[in-house]
Amino acid sequence: MTITENKPANIIGTRLLRREDPPLLTGEAKFTNDLNIPGALHLSVLRSPYAHAKIKSIDVSAALKIAGVIAVYTGKDLQSAWAAPMPCAWPVTADMKNPPHFPLAIDKVNYVGDGVAAVLATNETASRDALDAIDVEYEPLKAVVDLEDSLSDKNIIHQDLGTNKSYTWPLLVEETPGCVAEAFKKAKYKVKERYVQQRLIPMAMEPRAIAAVPQPFGGDITLYSSTQIPHILKVMTAITLGIPEQQVRVVAPSVGGGFGSKLDVYAEELLCMALARKHNAPVRWVEERSENTQATIQGRGQIQHIELAADENGKITAVRVRIVGDMGAYLQLVTPGVPLLGAFLYAGVYDIPKAYDFECTSVFTNLTPTDAYRGAGRPEATYAIEMAIEALAREMKIDSFELRKRNYIKKEQFPYTAFSGLTYDSGDHLLAAEKAAKMTDLVGVRAQQKKQNVPGATKLLGVGMSSYFEMCGLAPSRVLASLNYSAGGWEAATVRVLPTNKVQVITGTSPHGQGHETSWAMIAAEKLGVAPEDVDVLHSDTAISALGLDTYGSRSLPVGGVAIALACDKVIEKAKLIAAHQLECSADDLQFENGTFSVKGSPDRALPLAAIAFGAFTAHNLPDGCEPNLEAQVSYDPPNFSWPFGTHMCVVEVDTETGAVEILKYIAVDDCGNQINPLIVEGQVHGGVVQGIAQALFEEAVYDSDGNLKSSNLAEYLVPAACDVPAITTAHTVTPSPTNQLGVKGIGEAGTIGAAPTVITAIIDALSSLGVTTMAMPASPQTVWRTINEATRGGKQ
Amino acid sequence: MIPAAFDYKRASSAAEAISLISQYGSDAKFLAGGHSLLPLMKLRLAQPAMLIDIGRVKDLSYVKDAGNHIAIGALTQHMDVENSKVLHEHAPLLSKAASHVGDAQVRHRGTIGGSIAHADPASDLPATTLALGATYVVQGPKGQREIAAANFYKGFLESDLAADEMLIEIRVPKMQGAGWSFQKFNRRAQDWAIVGVAAWRRKGEAGVALVNMGSTPILATSVANAIAKGASISDAAAMASNEAEPQSDLNASTEYRKHLASVLVRRALEAASK
Ligand SMILES: Cc1cc2nc3c(=O)[nH]c(=O)nc-3n(C[C@H](O)[C@H](O)[C@H](O)COP(=O)(O)OP(=O)(O)OC[C@H]3O[C@@H](n4cnc5c(N)ncnc54)[C@H](O)[C@@H]3O)c2cc1C
Repeated sequence: MTITENKPANIIGTRLLRREDPPLLTGEAKFTNDLNIPGALHLSVLRSPYAHAKIKSIDVSAALKIAGVIAVYTGKDLQSAWAAPMPCAWPVTADMKNPPHFPLAIDKVNYVGDGVAAVLATNETASRDALDAIDVEYEPLKAVVDLEDSLSDKNIIHQDLGTNKSYTWPLLVEETPGCVAEAFKKAKYKVKERYVQQRLIPMAMEPRAIAAVPQPFGGDITLYSSTQIPHILKVMTAITLGIPEQQVRVVAPSVGGGFGSKLDVYAEELLCMALARKHNAPVRWVEERSENTQATIQGRGQIQHIELAADENGKITAVRVRIVGDMGAYLQLVTPGVPLLGAFLYAGVYDIPKAYDFECTSVFTNLTPTDAYRGAGRPEATYAIEMAIEALAREMKIDSFELRKRNYIKKEQFPYTAFSGLTYDSGDHLLAAEKAAKMTDLVGVRAQQKKQNVPGATKLLGVGMSSYFEMCGLAPSRVLASLNYSAGGWEAATVRVLPTNKVQVITGTSPHGQGHETSWAMIAAEKLGVAPEDVDVLHSDTAISALGLDTYGSRSLPVGGVAIALACDKVIEKAKLIAAHQLECSADDLQFENGTFSVKGSPDRALPLAAIAFGAFTAHNLPDGCEPNLEAQVSYDPPNFSWPFGTHMCVVEVDTETGAVEILKYIAVDDCGNQINPLIVEGQVHGGVVQGIAQALFEEAVYDSDGNLKSSNLAEYLVPAACDVPAITTAHTVTPSPTNQLGVKGIGEAGTIGAAPTVITAIIDALSSLGVTTMAMPASPQTVWRTINEATRGGKQ
Repeated sequence: MIPAAFDYKRASSAAEAISLISQYGSDAKFLAGGHSLLPLMKLRLAQPAMLIDIGRVKDLSYVKDAGNHIAIGALTQHMDVENSKVLHEHAPLLSKAASHVGDAQVRHRGTIGGSIAHADPASDLPATTLALGATYVVQGPKGQREIAAANFYKGFLESDLAADEMLIEIRVPKMQGAGWSFQKFNRRAQDWAIVGVAAWRRKGEAGVALVNMGSTPILATSVANAIAKGASISDAAAMASNEAEPQSDLNASTEYRKHLASVLVRRALEAASK
């Protein structure tokens, strides 16, 4: 069914080194801020120091006197520059409240970091100095920071909306009306839990950077941006600025990570473009790290209430979920959709009846807007269901792994139609979980734990696990339409065999660390029978790759990679007609292997692709009606999401005196179907797991009650370094996806989804003999210490 | 990340540095490794008009055996303190503490003199030299003077050093075989300590100092006195915070810091007593 099965790994499935790495490691790669743009003006943005305040007056006169300063603009000055407010592409409900959001605040600021004025100067130093010289008079207002406080509508942020609630989105699936309530009434066991998903700051290695370069005449403009979404950005900036779309070109040079934070249309992109046009000069901006903590979107930010009902065997009979989502001050590109991406996953990997009651209410706060962050909605959902499973196991006094086994969707149930109507393509949860347990030496660890966790011991051992499903490669487009998403889920690819048999692949995906150049070359090389080195992959420039929907949501391989395979098929199809014509046989008699067409049964009647490519170029001898050149274009809309899954386990040791947690062992068994390049898969899992561990143990955007970010630099916002995380052991099971010819699923977000609950359940397990049943994230030493004290002394510290 | 405008002069000797600083007065600052000063300048929390670079005053980079003490030049980088054979033999606690400063890049730039002159209570070397009973040698327009570490730290980032004085040498008494331990508790390996403990013990004698437990590095005299009077380690450790007034921050409340200090002092004294 799949390539790797037919043809044992030739190129696909090998650990080819990433072609992206040498330029990155030698510093040769060019990031946006490395571009040499003569005559560029520098933009600096003055940001609000208040979370919520009226702007009484702005005096820019002193700033204008600084040598090198060209202009200073306030929000009022630029009002006419915008044809539309900044875009939100996911109006999840018809009555969703979406306050108008402009690149600079006009008369009120709504979060610390909200843009207040823009300075243009001939150099970066002058534009930075000018910020200190602008005098703004604010009238501070009460800041709304807490989600439950926001819900109460005591202080309303956007007065015109009349409420802080943006929307309520329900997903109620019942076999018969009232069956959820009925299930809870009849349940032998019930749990009711509350979890907080702290806000996280994405922290890409490269902060955002932008350069807008207008053509001297004619009105064309090129936007260079450290973005994940050049294609979407082109459409959105054209609409927001009122520029004809064909005049906008967007280029994403080397991009140093995004994790969702660069899946957005930002104020600074619009400011650079508007001011470049106004001044008819290039305008560039680069974000400072501490600015990045305030002006770039943040992730997570949810309060989750989850209830499970189960029968006497622990079989789950109903799931009820209520969440409050923190939108921040405004809706960015997909802000309101993030909780919805998790909405279908609160039953996790478990076989439940049609008794599912989910509702999300999302509210505004006077904080930096949130948006998609690696996993977007799915890590939150997985955390809640996996923690709730542990709670249910405690309630039943049985082993949580045993409880999972009783509830896993079974291998033979796939393709599995879930309660929601969605079809899970393929899976074998038990296999992955048992593999993880074996690699963890679960039996041995449990024995050791019995020996070690004796009364009075101060180093306690714990084991944690989580089994997850990821829903990724979001498509088909019509399913996205049913969720009110404004764009599609397809991806485009062009494959072109050049006259000398070198290959160009043009993709609509926009890599920023994922290794697409390597993987896409491998797919084309395998299909066309050429060497991967002979395949060039072009991307991230809308003048070269005109069509595409970019990179996020673990979509690139299951959508964009499959599009390339399909385009290769089309190329092969055309080449076959030419080969048949030249070999004077029927196309049906030809086979294509290792880059050569030959007549079945008489192998010496053969033509290599190289000859056909050159023949297609000269066009001297083509069949009637056959166009010259060997090229094919595909826009592929997948028939289903892809559903990667797996089980992670870890062993921790908790120092009960200090509260420090050490992860002794981390095992990740992930199943992303067939793997194009296992080396890259492992890298994705490693990075994802580290981000999940970071949420579990280290990272939190901490705000005070006035809405000031206390963790606004890398000394306070604790991104773990290599020495702070354990060695990660990765392993895989391979359950190919039946919905695409490569049998692939996404892997970009899996690690992040699996890791946080794995670590937290391990800590709770370690401390269970002390009566600990909850643990807030991040489980900092102080939090762990306090939780132990609360459990053992029965009082709050 | 762009500091305010400043002027820059490079000094090639201590004498030249002192004459320059006298000339430019309170708007001037010495620049050693720059690893405390430059971050403050980039955030515009410090805006000196003149930097006097002493980073290349090479004759102040040394570790010497001076009989009953070890003499360390103020411009000696953390890496050289970490790797000094002389210190490994006579004051291994200081080498160990230096090995815990930041990461390798920081240790190749930052200097022991800069760390002490900066007088950050969260830094490792001020507390460690305090525990060891070090003496600091400073030079000003009127000549040299010696200041006992115990009298040097005056408040948060404040010391007995006058604006026109330069720290030139740190004198650390030889440890003479005392047991020792450096305990640094943090959330990431490369961070400043949430709480740190530098301790040594020789029979009934002990020295203990605390990192990040107040506005200055703290000498835990109650602990040392208790040990001298024969108290058990855990009884002595319970007094860890007697002299401290720890602040509360994102990582630790005052109460948690005090708790950590007693755990870490106990662990340090246990290790030092082996
Ligand atoms: C990322 C990072 C992590 C760090 N982690 C740690 C850590 O874990 N533990 C730790 O202890 N430190 C840490 N540090 C601080 C580091 O140790 C600094 O090097 C040290 O605190 C200052 O030394 P410096 O030579 O860089 O001084 P500078 O930054 O050059 O100067 C600091 C101050 O002292 C003054 N000064 C410098 N030398 C003299 C002198 N000889 N006489 C008089 N005044 C002088 C300067 O004028 C300035 O006011 C870290 C720094 C960074 C950047």
